[in-house]
Amino acid sequence: MTDPKHMVRFENVQKSYDGETLVVKNLNLDIAQGEFLTMLGPSGSGKTTCLMMLAGFEPATHGEIFLNDRPINNVPPHKRGIGMVFQNYALFPHMTVAENLAFPLQVRGMDKDEQKKRVERALSMVELPQFGNRRPAQLSGGQQQRVAVARALVFDPELVLMDEPLGALDKQLREQMQYEIKHIHENLGVTVVYVTHDQTEALTMSDRVAVFNDGIIQQLSPPDVLYETPQNSFVAQFIGENNKLDGQVVEVTDGLCTVKLDDGTVLKADMVNVGGVGERTTISLRPERVELDPAVDMENMVDGTIEESIYLGDHIRVRMNVAGNTGFIAKVRNRGDRRHLVPGDSAKVGWAASDCKALDPVT
Amino acid sequence: MSDTIQSGPVLAADGTPLKRSLQRALRRQKMRALLLIAPLLAFILITFILPIGDMLFRSVENEIVSETIPETVDRLADWNPDVSALPDENVFNAFYVDMFLAQEKKEHTRLGTRLNYELTGVSSLFRKTGRRVTRFDTDIYAKQFIALDPAWKDPQTWSALFDVSSNRRALPFTTRSWDRWGNYLRGEGKNPGEEDIEDFLFSALHEDLTRLESTDGVDPLIAAATQAVGGFETVSVRDQFLDIDKDWGRQDVWRIIQVYSPPFTTGYFLNSVDLQLGVDGIKTRSEDQRIYIVLFGRTMFMSLMITFSCLLLGYPVAFLLSNLPLRTSNMLMILVLLPFWTSLLVRTSAWKVLLQQQGVINDVLVWLRIVDDANRLILINNQTGTIIAMTHILLPFMILPLYSVMKTIPPSYVRAAKSLGATDWTAFWRVYFPQSVPGIGAGAILVFILSIGYYITPELVGGTTGVFISNRIAYHISSSLNWGLAAALGSILLILVLALYWVYDKIVGIDNVKLG
Repeated sequence: MTDPKHMVRFENVQKSYDGETLVVKNLNLDIAQGEFLTMLGPSGSGKTTCLMMLAGFEPATHGEIFLNDRPINNVPPHKRGIGMVFQNYALFPHMTVAENLAFPLQVRGMDKDEQKKRVERALSMVELPQFGNRRPAQLSGGQQQRVAVARALVFDPELVLMDEPLGALDKQLREQMQYEIKHIHENLGVTVVYVTHDQTEALTMSDRVAVFNDGIIQQLSPPDVLYETPQNSFVAQFIGENNKLDGQVVEVTDGLCTVKLDDGTVLKADMVNVGGVGERTTISLRPERVELDPAVDMENMVDGTIEESIYLGDHIRVRMNVAGNTGFIAKVRNRGDRRHLVPGDSAKVGWAASDCKALDPVT
Repeated sequence: MSDTIQSGPVLAADGTPLKRSLQRALRRQKMRALLLIAPLLAFILITFILPIGDMLFRSVENEIVSETIPETVDRLADWNPDVSALPDENVFNAFYVDMFLAQEKKEHTRLGTRLNYELTGVSSLFRKTGRRVTRFDTDIYAKQFIALDPAWKDPQTWSALFDVSSNRRALPFTTRSWDRWGNYLRGEGKNPGEEDIEDFLFSALHEDLTRLESTDGVDPLIAAATQAVGGFETVSVRDQFLDIDKDWGRQDVWRIIQVYSPPFTTGYFLNSVDLQLGVDGIKTRSEDQRIYIVLFGRTMFMSLMITFSCLLLGYPVAFLLSNLPLRTSNMLMILVLLPFWTSLLVRTSAWKVLLQQQGVINDVLVWLRIVDDANRLILINNQTGTIIAMTHILLPFMILPLYSVMKTIPPSYVRAAKSLGATDWTAFWRVYFPQSVPGIGAGAILVFILSIGYYITPELVGGTTGVFISNRIAYHISSSLNWGLAAALGSILLILVLALYWVYDKIVGIDNVKLG
């Protein structure tokens, strides 16, 4: 029935805690062997619940979860053989680092020499070979993080779950750890399911990202697709920066639609997720695709007024009033010849029709 | 300049050593802190620490002997029982004076009671002697002195004689006796110059005069009496005492008085551990008198049992409470705390109703035919009763620290253990339990120390086999009035608790104890 390549399969999974509302609504998801899949979403979107169901700490209210084509709803967590890294690392404070790492090997009844070898290997993998005799409390946040990763991997699980593992680290360390985890994933070939609410983290590390909102996967795509072609307004809003323009579809031709904005401006947009003529739509446009005072005419040209400009080094962020939207953002690359962007000046903005997506209306 | 800075202490900007500057800066804070706690400190000091200190001091204090019979104690010091079987006449003379004064002040029974702790029968001996010491045949001395010179009959004569220091020096024993007599009379609101001269004073005078070598500088009255005293008819005070009770001829009675003469004694402490400082040194008490070691042992054993059963019952409850949602756990916590809001006496009395042989538990068991009507369980007035009732009463003290520690153990630890392949039991035993140990430590210490000194509950449900050392202490404080022994038992209990605390600190580490 199922594709043998698929390691994890959620089939019509629902979850409710109180019997009144569904936290996870009808989830269907396949995760391939060796894949790095990130569940991304705001808090309360159901992503952590999905992870807990997969780990076995929460039972599914309805539906079935398969691991290697075996239904695991009734398999207790300790028999699932899934490694897990927790948000606060959950390193056992009364054990040394080495004892922490040996724990999963001990409970599996592995002999002492083999345990020792594996612990050493795991420690050198995360570049902490000298730290075996320390207690977790004696390590820095980043070091604890690595030990937690090493512990989740030391018993060679095929699947590792990570629940916002970098949430407690500062920005610089977080970025460094992102690459380290990514490299470990590549070197070992394990399947990773990663939960985060940080979109940069998701885009940096993942093969595919599942964007969760309101208990539903809004879009499941590789990072670039997610950014370039969001399937709906939520994803467009949630991933990266985004300009919103509300209007009504007046004409549809060859995958392009003509939209009349509420102030009367007419735009052409890529038709992604919108009904027919007469329907409301929200156009999504990335700020970096906007040209300020373009040299040549573009498909969409609108007059605007500069409200504010912020110097950010490599680019200048210009907030404008365009088509009645005072929060319209344009990112202007910082070239030597940049002209002064003075608030109050009027300017033309233009962009290609394929760069703006007509999506479901935001109410 | 820079050399001095490097070699000497670090200096503040104004040149004073930094340490002193810092101390001065902190002094104000310290004074403030001290002022804030001063009222409580004074209160505790006056109402708690000082009285307890005084009480504990009674465990070694033994001034009653040397205060009640000072002359006897003084003269008895020279008596060597190996040389003479009984103390000589001198001691009996002194004892006569002491006993006469003691019975006047009604102190002889107290002394008898005190010495009775060490030698049974002394109490009644003193009581009997007190009644008859006023009727000794020593009146022959009075008669002979008065016959010699009627002025001896007049108390004014005595007052005048003992105001003169040369007379006082010549008659030391009589002087001391006269002074004590005078002090006593004045204490009673009487004038020694107006009260009849008692026989014991003439007896003392007789003894002094027979010893007096030179009459230089003494009153002619005394000089005349010294001349005559050689021809006086005498009476043996020792025989008088032996007449009252032949026990005064027993060596051990006098030995006990001698042994317990010093103002401080280890007797109470030895008593507390079933030893006795008797006439031939320290000995263990006879089998039927040994109770305290057994009682201490039982107190420890039962406290341990109570602590253990509290842990057994409290751990799952605390575990459940700490893992429930806050709303539910708060509600259940009220049930745990409910006993705190009920009087201890009421709870203990309730257990009396439940546990007695015609009580609720037995009735139910009989009704269920688990127990035969003729063989109802004896659940009260024994150790079982004490352990059941005290476990119930002290359970919250176990649950609360356990709960507060368990509340801080994140559920992710157990989850992590399970995800790493540990079964529920392994995850609990290897990961959860070690982290709850500080709570166990705190709860166990609390319950153990509370139960080791518990009094009311064992008193009410313990019968004879289920009572604690504290009940014995209370008995000595309020019934037998042997405060010294009570103080010694209390001190031992205190030392025991402190020692256990120290051992506990060594093994578990007091830093690991968390109360919340």
